[in-house]
Amino acid sequence: MQTAFPHRHLLGIDGLTRPEIEALLDMAEEAVEVSRRVDKKRSILSGRTQINLFFEASTRTQASFELAGKRLGADVMNMSVATSSVSKGETLIDTAVTLNAMRPDVIVVRHQHSGAVHLLARKVSCSVVNAGDGSHEHPTQALLDALTIRRNKGHISGLVVAICGDVLHSRVARSNIILLTQMGARVRVVAPSTLLPPGIDRMGVEVHRTMESGLRDADIVMMLRLQRERMDGAFVPSLKEYARFFGLDEAKLAYAKPDALVMHPGPMNRGVEIDTAVADGPRSLITQQVEMGVAVRMAVLEALSYNLPNG
Amino acid sequence: MNASFSPATAFINARLVDPEAGVILDGGVLVEDGVIVEAGARVTGANVGARTQVIDCAGDIVCPGLIDMSAFVGEPGATHRETIATASMAAAAGGVTTLLARPDTNPPVDGAAAVDYLMRRARDKAVVRVLPVAALTRGLHGKEIAEIGSLHDAGAVAFSNGPHSVGSSQVMRRALTYARDFGALVIHHAEDLELARAGVMNEGEFASRLGLPGVPAEAEAIVLDRDMRLVALTLAGNENGARYHSPLVSTRLSLDIIARAKAAGLPVTCGASINHLTLNETDVGDYRTFLKIAPPLRAEDERVALVEALASGLIDVIVSDHNPQDVEAKRVPFSEAEYGAVGLETMLAAGLRLVNAGQVSLPRLIAAMTIRPAQIVGLPQGRLTPGAPADLIRFDPDEPFVVDAAKLRSRAKNTPFDAARLAGVVKTTMVAGRLAPV
Repeated sequence: MQTAFPHRHLLGIDGLTRPEIEALLDMAEEAVEVSRRVDKKRSILSGRTQINLFFEASTRTQASFELAGKRLGADVMNMSVATSSVSKGETLIDTAVTLNAMRPDVIVVRHQHSGAVHLLARKVSCSVVNAGDGSHEHPTQALLDALTIRRNKGHISGLVVAICGDVLHSRVARSNIILLTQMGARVRVVAPSTLLPPGIDRMGVEVHRTMESGLRDADIVMMLRLQRERMDGAFVPSLKEYARFFGLDEAKLAYAKPDALVMHPGPMNRGVEIDTAVADGPRSLITQQVEMGVAVRMAVLEALSYNLPNG
Repeated sequence: MNASFSPATAFINARLVDPEAGVILDGGVLVEDGVIVEAGARVTGANVGARTQVIDCAGDIVCPGLIDMSAFVGEPGATHRETIATASMAAAAGGVTTLLARPDTNPPVDGAAAVDYLMRRARDKAVVRVLPVAALTRGLHGKEIAEIGSLHDAGAVAFSNGPHSVGSSQVMRRALTYARDFGALVIHHAEDLELARAGVMNEGEFASRLGLPGVPAEAEAIVLDRDMRLVALTLAGNENGARYHSPLVSTRLSLDIIARAKAAGLPVTCGASINHLTLNETDVGDYRTFLKIAPPLRAEDERVALVEALASGLIDVIVSDHNPQDVEAKRVPFSEAEYGAVGLETMLAAGLRLVNAGQVSLPRLIAAMTIRPAQIVGLPQGRLTPGAPADLIRFDPDEPFVVDAAKLRSRAKNTPFDAARLAGVVKTTMVAGRLAPV
């Protein structure tokens, strides 16, 4: 097991090999079983301290990491920006060094700026898990998406996955593009050009500007959240126009394969990027994704723990 | 820096780079009373007088001291980043004998008193020549023209709006027109304020992979193109147009615009920073904030185009774009970090990389750091002509060294070349006939 995931940190999907990703997904399968038992408690992280350091609020990701750590027996502490001294002008590095001095074994970090988690990781002696940095990466989201796809489709290789919406600002999209192409899926991005990052065509994806062409024969339709502040005129003309052309409803889903499945990292803007009928419909994997999230995070914490110093 | 009596000095057994003639020749330079008396093959150990101080160069290069058209010296208002004293020590160590100080200080250099203050501080504290560049617009706000005439009379050698473009075409037109009447040089950083606002590095695949917003080449080109048209307006029906210098071109688009303007006979010149000539966007690597500069480091094909333009002479000048930033301004996430890199001490050695790679000739490289800026700014330095000020440097272009940020003279240590292996060690720096510490 020690050699299956030879990394001290999980800062991104970029840099992981296919066998490493598969090893994490296999470990996560076990964690799913554990999480479905009455007694969910394991002792792999017993005595270990995990700090969830969230510079950007995220109820669900933080809860998911907290549960994952607790199910593995770790002592978990949550720190969010509103209650920390960061609001008093302390720098990111000061915060990192201060927390590091409390001798945690793993710090889970969410930050609004790309690269901030890398910066923090360089200043601490424990393991660091990136829980989302700016528009850069959100590796555990991509892993949980991969696990969800694999459990429902049996495999990832060869599937057509359409990632739709605000790819420009999305760390979920970046991590998923890297992971899914690494695993042999055919990845498409579907968005108005104002929401596509420059050079996206060189990241191994097909670029589509309409849902009709982008969803044709897709096995998986992965919707992205559109941030409120980006809806009004800045990147798309209006919420209504966005929903009309890029919101996923039954009619647009019909372009995809009959057995296509729908995903969303949450939280959803119902009626904007996704219609309630689709979100709550029989082809939606959205609540399964949440369950897989805890399992994948358990797997990541477990994998990193094998590389932590012992004794 | 005090001008006072200095003994006669002769550099002998040197390889002289004459940037004006574009040649390298064996010989020496004789200096007396702060000026060059003679340069050439006839200056030998046997020919100089007994009371002359002789520097045997043993085959090292001797050339005019370098002239850096853009450095931030920290005074007034940012002495935690740099001071005139530390900037000038860094300059001397890097072979820079004249530097033009940027006006975007706190407060900005937008009044005659501020120019006078800088000149007095430079006289008292600097070991090289520090010449003030004054603000083009009041407070650098880009709204009202600064007192260009008074500033010019006070000693400002050029006018710039610092790191920000003048957004208003109307203000820019009037500033250029007014500056023309005084024969003043306008140095304008071209970057569309809106298009570049959120960007922190070069727009493209690499930025997208890092999840960082980019600045497209067009942000530079749009403003530069506008400025060329405004310069043409100042020329229409007049004997002279406004003298315009674009200090930091970074893309082929900009080079094309400059080439067209020069071909049309506009009084336009341009420069590039040593960083853009020797580094590219991938050097940002894992969010290295010391590589965060403005304009951003571009793609490799852009860098290659800049080097070719330097070799052809389309790019007139190389600047260090010396911009010291303290540790706290750089030890933050990339998007939050300040722009800028120090460069006075490494400009020559980094430039020699291009020479050693066979991409630019040594005389051409030296010309871009000496005679060309001297001609553009209107300075008597930068040449080996008899009668020119004795600002000279001696360096061994082949002596290797490893850049150690901690050892830089500059107050701030934000070098993009930390731990880089460079060649070219400055051994002697002479300013007005007197040796400066290297």
